[in-house]
Amino acid sequence: MSEESRQIPVTTDQDVVRVRQLVRTVAVDAKLSLVDQTKLVTAASELARNTLVYGGGGTVEVSRVRNEIRAGIRIVFADQGPGIADLDLALTDGYTTGGGLGLGLSGARRLVDDFTIDTAPGEGTTISITKWCR
Amino acid sequence: MERVPVLKIGDILLVSIQIDMEDQVALQLQEDLAEKIVATGCHGVIIDISALDIVDSFVGRTLATIASVSRVLDAETVVVGMRPAVAITLVELGLSLPGIRTALNVELGIEMLARSRAESAPDEDEDEDDPAAVPAP
Repeated sequence: MSEESRQIPVTTDQDVVRVRQLVRTVAVDAKLSLVDQTKLVTAASELARNTLVYGGGGTVEVSRVRNEIRAGIRIVFADQGPGIADLDLALTDGYTTGGGLGLGLSGARRLVDDFTIDTAPGEGTTISITKWCR
Repeated sequence: MERVPVLKIGDILLVSIQIDMEDQVALQLQEDLAEKIVATGCHGVIIDISALDIVDSFVGRTLATIASVSRVLDAETVVVGMRPAVAITLVELGLSLPGIRTALNVELGIEMLARSRAESAPDEDEDEDDPAAVPAP
């Protein structure tokens, strides 16, 4: 169940910085520990850059969420880009099609509690990550 | 676009990153540093990241590239001031920054550079531009 959310477009380098700042602000408000804040902001930075570089731009939505036991933060990265053909390969450490280190997707997944990805060739990519307060 | 200043202090170039860098700013810093190393002949570079609350794979890769380029230009790079939460996150992300020397703060970084300079150049009389390192054709 979503309590409040904010969406921002990601079409430039500067927007990636804005995503980091927004996620940081929300993570501090949600009283995430410093290490968890750092992990979430880092994961958001990786995925926002993917949205820009591989997805050709898109949107990022940051929401405070709550389940029966805990509060948390959910971030959804959506683009209408080419999608990912081989998801297993894309989630492998060191695999890249863009000249990067190949740690964006796989690394971001390690930094958060929940990670879901919805993609198909030609259908864009939507990634949702959640970090729960401890 | 903002620019990260590169300061020359004695034989060392000091960079203190105080802003949340756009990717282009990081790439510009990489270029600026390479040019400044050549222009000044400095043998050491200290990059202070104590103000950075995250280092993602792009910035991590940029730091690694700066260290490699510096080495090729006969300068040693030390990254100083990494916050504990940043270190934990970097390792979990999968980036252990191989090939990058680190120190806890600027002072220790300067000491590290002085030590490694002393070790790598034991002969004080040797010309800095000694061509002996270049293999004969």
